[in-house]
Amino acid sequence: MENLLLQGLNGLASASSLFLVASGLTVIFGVTRIVNFAHGSLYMLGAYLAFSIVAHLPRGHLGFWGGIVLAALAVGAIGALLEVLLLRRIYRAPELFQLLATFGVVLVVQDVALLVWGAQDLLGPRAPGLRGSVELLGLRFPLYELVLIGIGPVVLGLLLLLFKRTRWGTLVRAATQDREMVGALGVNQRWLFTSVFFLGSALAGLAGALQLPRESVNLHMDLATITEVFVVVVVGGLGSLPGAALAALLIGELHAFGILVFPKITLVLVFLVMAVVLVIRPRGLFGRAQVAQAAVASVAEPVLGRAPPALKWLGFAALLVAVVAPPFLAGDYALIVLTDMAIAVLFAASLHFIMGPGGMASFGHAAYFGIGAYGAALLTKWFAAPMLPALLAAPFCAGVAGVLFGFFCVRLSGVYSAMLTLAFAQIAWSVAFQWVEITGGDNGVLGVWPDPWATKLNFYWLALGCSVVGTLALRRIALSPFGYALRAQRDNTLRAEAIGINAFGMRWVAFVLAAGFAGVAGGLFAFAKGSVFPTALDIPRSVDALLMVLLGGVQTLAGPVLGALAFTGLHEQLVRATDYWRLVLGAVILLLVLAFPQGLAGAVRRWWEGRRHA
Amino acid sequence: MLSVRGLSAHYGRAHILDDVGFEVPAGQVVVLLGRNGAGKSTTLKAVMGMVRPTAGQVLLEGRDLVGREAYQIARAGLGYVPEERRIFAELTVRENLSVGRRPPVPGLRPWDEARLYGLFPALGAMQDRPGGRMSGGEQQMLSIARTLMGNPRLLLLDEPSEGLAPVVVQRMAQAVRQLKAEGLSILLAEQNLYFAHAVADRAVIIEQGRIRWEGGMVELLNDESTYQQYLSL
Repeated sequence: MENLLLQGLNGLASASSLFLVASGLTVIFGVTRIVNFAHGSLYMLGAYLAFSIVAHLPRGHLGFWGGIVLAALAVGAIGALLEVLLLRRIYRAPELFQLLATFGVVLVVQDVALLVWGAQDLLGPRAPGLRGSVELLGLRFPLYELVLIGIGPVVLGLLLLLFKRTRWGTLVRAATQDREMVGALGVNQRWLFTSVFFLGSALAGLAGALQLPRESVNLHMDLATITEVFVVVVVGGLGSLPGAALAALLIGELHAFGILVFPKITLVLVFLVMAVVLVIRPRGLFGRAQVAQAAVASVAEPVLGRAPPALKWLGFAALLVAVVAPPFLAGDYALIVLTDMAIAVLFAASLHFIMGPGGMASFGHAAYFGIGAYGAALLTKWFAAPMLPALLAAPFCAGVAGVLFGFFCVRLSGVYSAMLTLAFAQIAWSVAFQWVEITGGDNGVLGVWPDPWATKLNFYWLALGCSVVGTLALRRIALSPFGYALRAQRDNTLRAEAIGINAFGMRWVAFVLAAGFAGVAGGLFAFAKGSVFPTALDIPRSVDALLMVLLGGVQTLAGPVLGALAFTGLHEQLVRATDYWRLVLGAVILLLVLAFPQGLAGAVRRWWEGRRHA
Repeated sequence: MLSVRGLSAHYGRAHILDDVGFEVPAGQVVVLLGRNGAGKSTTLKAVMGMVRPTAGQVLLEGRDLVGREAYQIARAGLGYVPEERRIFAELTVRENLSVGRRPPVPGLRPWDEARLYGLFPALGAMQDRPGGRMSGGEQQMLSIARTLMGNPRLLLLDEPSEGLAPVVVQRMAQAVRQLKAEGLSILLAEQNLYFAHAVADRAVIIEQGRIRWEGGMVELLNDESTYQQYLSL
């Protein structure tokens, strides 16, 4: 009984800090419609800045709490700067491109934090006067946690007052519904957006700073937080503050009691809850149908089509070089990189297939890659299967997962659908990570070696062959009647259904196809590396695939191919050349986003059309 | 008051406004008439800076507004009431009005809630109702009232009679005449000739993005052939 109470209080404390981060994200999303992946980075910066600021202030109450507030304000200023310098320029860009920009920020912040604060975990000071604990029903409970429990509801109350009782709050709520109209009424939206970003970022910074006495500050805080906070915001309903509060409570308590009941399932529990909530309430607990933001996302997407003959010949020539040249290349390293590239191309093409023609963003495409990889590896490990049957099994395993997960994901739309794919990917990851008896857990599956005939060179040809055949097959499907119907339902589901297209079925089939091809890539990956670890299906891998597709451009068939080659090549070179490859890669992404706010494909297309008109 | 000269606009590659020019004299109501898709709404949006003109000038008392953003144009003294009304559905009547509030302008009697409830008594009876739970006519009144809160010198009214019951249209016409009587200049886009007749001093006919005819409202009503050519179905 006492134990339950203690866990309940622990749950409240984490719910409180979860809510602080989530409230900032949900407020920012409500107004700007930007899914800010960098929100977790702002949280991390809050913790680091608080660490440094508190260290420089005199000890005592004023020093500690003053430091916390200063850190929150500093993070707010950083967020406002981010809005002014970066996001303001891309509000008209396609949604996914904005996402790419915030990924770029995540990468840059990670390395900046590494540069400034170093790689080791930092232990902050305890809160003065709150070091002790209190007696509650004969139990000792840390005082600081109690304070934290109080801060959440206080902030919620203040935010609700701010939004209901002030003109600024009214303007923000109005802008959430129709920002263009707010502008036509004489309100400078720029100022409004920047102030919203300041508030949201400061909340993230505050939450991070408040963690100082609780846990060590480290470089993994950003991604660990952002996934959990996404869950909270999505479960609560995007843009809803009370929703975020309720969801934070739900998730916080679930964590606390999950550890008690099912220590093994805690990692997956959160995502399981999100999946269940989204299946029952597709817009989260308190979510409402999004009002169409008229005339804001006004960039017309170019139409997916066949490449001009010149480009086809160029591609064919490049392929010929890729087939013929490797035997003359010195060293295994080049072959390894080329094999990685071939696998990346197929992986990216499979993701592109659901994102481009299918019109569904997936934040968890690594699940199918990883399930393919694990499928092949486990067959080899437990049944001593030779390479080719194992490779054949890979798309089958991934496809089955696609049938199951896809059934739920394709019913939702937009961010909700993307978050559900993430949830399923995290569930798959937890299984790989925690089912140690079968998967080896963190130690992975080792000794997945190709058959003797498959030398490095032969295996490269095999990977290249699979990649080329797979990519061409996806292209063929995209340009088939099925592909046209798929695009029709993407562009207007209602009209497509009115002419007899089964939109749900189309999306489902597309999802399964994409999962299957990702599985092929995963199977090849397992044999290329000789081992599979849970990282094969973790979030960074899903993000890599997204980056490849977005860099290349969603609305061209060649996009994912070029994006995968560019990303893998750049990544490989950067990792070899510098410890701070994230910084460089992030900066490159940001520069690209700023230089081509319509997306690379859009930029090329405009240049092409401009040339033809001239 | 307002002088539009050589205004052109494109949606993508489609030429949607072509050399549009007309005047709105101070204190008058000018109606922009034309069939569906003729370019009436686009003209208002281009004046308001919500569609970027590719050429031309929009002069408000001699100052060119082209290239400015919508909020700056609103602050310069133009009030825009959109065709779709675009009420903030989750905000109450009072909150909707507060979004539109701007400081008083010298020489103009400032608008406040009380004065607006006098103009539209129906709104006064539902100050705490969310905009989403109002009828079309009430939303239209709220949309106009919300824009008036900004103390505009010139009102751009996009099809205020659309989709309203005849009796509500009559009341709307009364309100517009009252606004005119108080000295407000109004540029109105309409398809409803009866509504136009009830309020307008001058008429400008637009078709396929070009101005085809311009003159007094009474003149137009006596000009059967012009009416037949550009306005009848």
